[in-house]
Amino acid sequence: MILFWLILIPFLGGMLCWHSERWGEQAPRWIALATMLFVLAVSVVLWAGGDFSAYGTGERPWLLEWRVPWIPRFGIEIHLALDGLSLILIALTGFLGALAVLCSWKEIVERVGFFHLNLLFVLGGVVGVFLALDLLLFFLFWEVMLVPMYFLIALWGHSGSPGQTRIRAATRFFIYTQASGLLMLVAILALVFVHYTSSGEITFSYDALLNADVPDNLSFWIMLGFFIAFAVKLPVVPFHGWLPDAHAQAPTAGSVDLAGILLKTAAYGMLRFAIPLFPEQSQAFAPVAMALGVVGIIYGAVLACGQQDIKRLIAYASISHMGFVLIAVYSGSELAIQGAIVLMVAHAFSSAALFILSGQLFERIHTRDMRRMGGLWGRIPVLPGVTLFFLAASLGMPATANFLGEFMVLFGTFRSAPVVVVIASAGLVLGAIYSLLMMQRVHFGREQQPGLLAGPDMREYGMMLALIGLTLAVGLNPQPLLDTTASMVRPVADLFMAGPVRAGGMN
Amino acid sequence: MLTLIDLVGLLPLLIVASTAVLVMLGVAWRRHHGGTAAVTVSGLALALASLPLASAAPSSPPLMIFDGLALMGSALVLVSGLFIAAMSHGYLAGYRGPREEFYLLLLCAVTGALGLVASNHLATLFISLELLSMPLYGMVAYSFRTERSLEAGIKYLILSAAATAFLLFGMALIYARTGHLELTALAAGVAGSPDPWILGGAALLLVGLGFKLSIIPFHQWTPDVYQGGLAPATTVLATVSKLAVFLVLLRLVLVAPVFGSGWLLGLISLLALLSMFGGNLLALFQPDLKRLLGYSSIAHMGYLLVAVIVGGPLALETTGVYLFTYIVATMGAFGVIMHVSGTGSGEDASGLHHYRGLFWHSPWLAALLTLSMLSLAGIPLTAGFFGKFYIIALGVEGSRWWLVGGIVIGSVIGLFYYLRVIVTLYLREPGMQQAVADAGRGRVEKLALLIVAVSILLLGIYPVPFIDWVAGLAWAARLL
Repeated sequence: MILFWLILIPFLGGMLCWHSERWGEQAPRWIALATMLFVLAVSVVLWAGGDFSAYGTGERPWLLEWRVPWIPRFGIEIHLALDGLSLILIALTGFLGALAVLCSWKEIVERVGFFHLNLLFVLGGVVGVFLALDLLLFFLFWEVMLVPMYFLIALWGHSGSPGQTRIRAATRFFIYTQASGLLMLVAILALVFVHYTSSGEITFSYDALLNADVPDNLSFWIMLGFFIAFAVKLPVVPFHGWLPDAHAQAPTAGSVDLAGILLKTAAYGMLRFAIPLFPEQSQAFAPVAMALGVVGIIYGAVLACGQQDIKRLIAYASISHMGFVLIAVYSGSELAIQGAIVLMVAHAFSSAALFILSGQLFERIHTRDMRRMGGLWGRIPVLPGVTLFFLAASLGMPATANFLGEFMVLFGTFRSAPVVVVIASAGLVLGAIYSLLMMQRVHFGREQQPGLLAGPDMREYGMMLALIGLTLAVGLNPQPLLDTTASMVRPVADLFMAGPVRAGGMN
Repeated sequence: MLTLIDLVGLLPLLIVASTAVLVMLGVAWRRHHGGTAAVTVSGLALALASLPLASAAPSSPPLMIFDGLALMGSALVLVSGLFIAAMSHGYLAGYRGPREEFYLLLLCAVTGALGLVASNHLATLFISLELLSMPLYGMVAYSFRTERSLEAGIKYLILSAAATAFLLFGMALIYARTGHLELTALAAGVAGSPDPWILGGAALLLVGLGFKLSIIPFHQWTPDVYQGGLAPATTVLATVSKLAVFLVLLRLVLVAPVFGSGWLLGLISLLALLSMFGGNLLALFQPDLKRLLGYSSIAHMGYLLVAVIVGGPLALETTGVYLFTYIVATMGAFGVIMHVSGTGSGEDASGLHHYRGLFWHSPWLAALLTLSMLSLAGIPLTAGFFGKFYIIALGVEGSRWWLVGGIVIGSVIGLFYYLRVIVTLYLREPGMQQAVADAGRGRVEKLALLIVAVSILLLGIYPVPFIDWVAGLAWAARLL
């Protein structure tokens, strides 16, 4: 039941925010903040109290589970379950959700209640995605988070150039993700009906469909349906068209949510659904997926070097980082998948921090164009130093969580795909180039205008210190995180490795 | 011969027909707008309430059939009729001409639709279809002093007459070949090898019905009539007329094997794909909300044709669920249009610019329109999602991958314009036009709109009772 409340509370909080607008300008902010802190607190309590080595076996597959029938006609249930990975990601959602509320404290001044309604609905949908085990329920939450995100970008976004570019960016985001979502719906339905014809039982349950007997010619296409849906969200390179625009036009809170959490739903979906449901097909597909990952790493990094807009630069850097995650997920090595999870967490922290920083910069100098910046190191206290820290984290400096994640990914993948690792490593060099370019162009060089700008206030200090602390904590002592997710990762890696043996045994 | 039991089965039809007579006599005696609306609404509500009684009676009147399909159709027709009657009162309040006859026409159209969904004979089919269409000419051209309305009425009249001619010719060909007009006997008569005359007749029937459903390429009238007609009349077209005709088409296909023959199904598939793509593409840059809904209805009928093509037990259920979710969303959209327009100024507020920033002065109306648009787009947590879910499930089950692909691509194109409408509602610009909203409208209209909004949400969140009801009816209809 507590899982259900985890999903419901952001939705209820969102409704409350909308109506609290009449009680005053600040009321929605405090309610939204309290809601997200509550989600964070619940997940921390669950984490502190949970024993993560004991589950994952036959009798007790999940840490917490809750299921009630929803649409018995099709065997659809409200089936929620929690394991280490979902717990980590939900805690991340709560934390970044609170940050998103905090960073829009001064940025969003109109329609405050409705803004927080949308923000909390996105986060509620994300929590649902991380908990849903019934395939239709998963799809439902997958889609539910899109509509409020659309509103966030379309109504509170920035229009970069004349014309309605924020609406165009929002529409593009929605259409990309909805189109791929429909493909996933078709894939889910095909899987369900195949299972129905072979077993006579119509169900959307994860456990039942894991054992579905799918004919070979069809299973590849179904797997591809899932993969494309997740690839669009991750994003993998040919499907990334929506991301730079959506990031550039979104308000800061929207970018934080997009980069920090929404992209992670895709990797989560691959680990939870695409690979366990279709281990053999995924393995056959792995070389293609890894190649796409490498292309993403290089492509994202090269394009990041050429950007003028700070937020676009960070967006392209995200594409590059997600390439590592994709490689790791399809390497099938336990170490690499663990690394991918660390990298996801690290990237959530560092990209959220960089987006918040660019938002704070925008509040001070009212531009995101790097050609009009320069020499800010001397003009703004503290913030340039913080920026330097997160850029160092983003390029993979040892002691930060990002370094650890990338290192584990490359190390784990090397055994199965050395060539991929060699090329991907070049991405690290490019990462250093674009990070330092950004630092150089924004904070060093000639001052464009004289005069001192305001330093961070308590709120901004607090956000930055929390992010720095967490980045270092995960980087220096990752063991608690690894222990939490180990029992989820191991079966996935085993499945992947067992693929050819099982296929060989069947022939 | 008719027996007493048969009359019980006909009860809803009889109630609506006698309400029509009552309204006519009332108008002849003394005009009273509120009274007429009240009589209409209560007559329709009474008919709806008599449905369980009628369905329980084992009636089999000649020329008609009361199976699950007919019951489902009757319920849908009556619900949409009720909504339109309730909304018309506020809409016509500002109209300067005679207002009471509108209800008379509405009741006649509903009677025709009730007969159509229950017809088991080509004669009843034809008569009911005409009884449904004739009042619609009048309703569309009701505000005949405005050019658009008159134009729309005449356009609809002429094209509809042409379609009727096709329909009659098709019937004649089939009759000439089989000597039967009764559907079941006719089905037995054509069971043999497909004869070119019968196939031709079936194709002509399809053309006639396709016109009413505005399937591409028989759709040209749709945007103009949707735009020009009075909003309540357009709503009748979009809901009552389409659903009754579609159910009749489904019945023909399910009963008569001639429609199951290869090339005719191929033809229907082609028309379905054309309608999905064409309807959505034509709606893309449409600045007029009523035209946009017209084009979107073309696309929706295209999706729905998948049920006709695949057939089987699931198809009936799909049709019921999809039609209802489509109708609820359409009622929501047109309800907002009616509420915002009123006929005081002669023309409806159908341009999208009328709705710019609607959220900031009447948030509930904007929320309803948003919900309707999301539902039409098939987004989860609204009714439309389960409609889309059923259609895609049906396509996947029947392995019609081309049609499934068409639905997916069509829906994606559709998103673009639904989102365009939605975002317009929330834009605030300086010097924005203040729409006339909430200007002393009655409680009945608000209640009707609220019910629609709640049902869109409820069907999206917990559709189980509704699905079970439809599945039960579909199962009953299968036994026929």
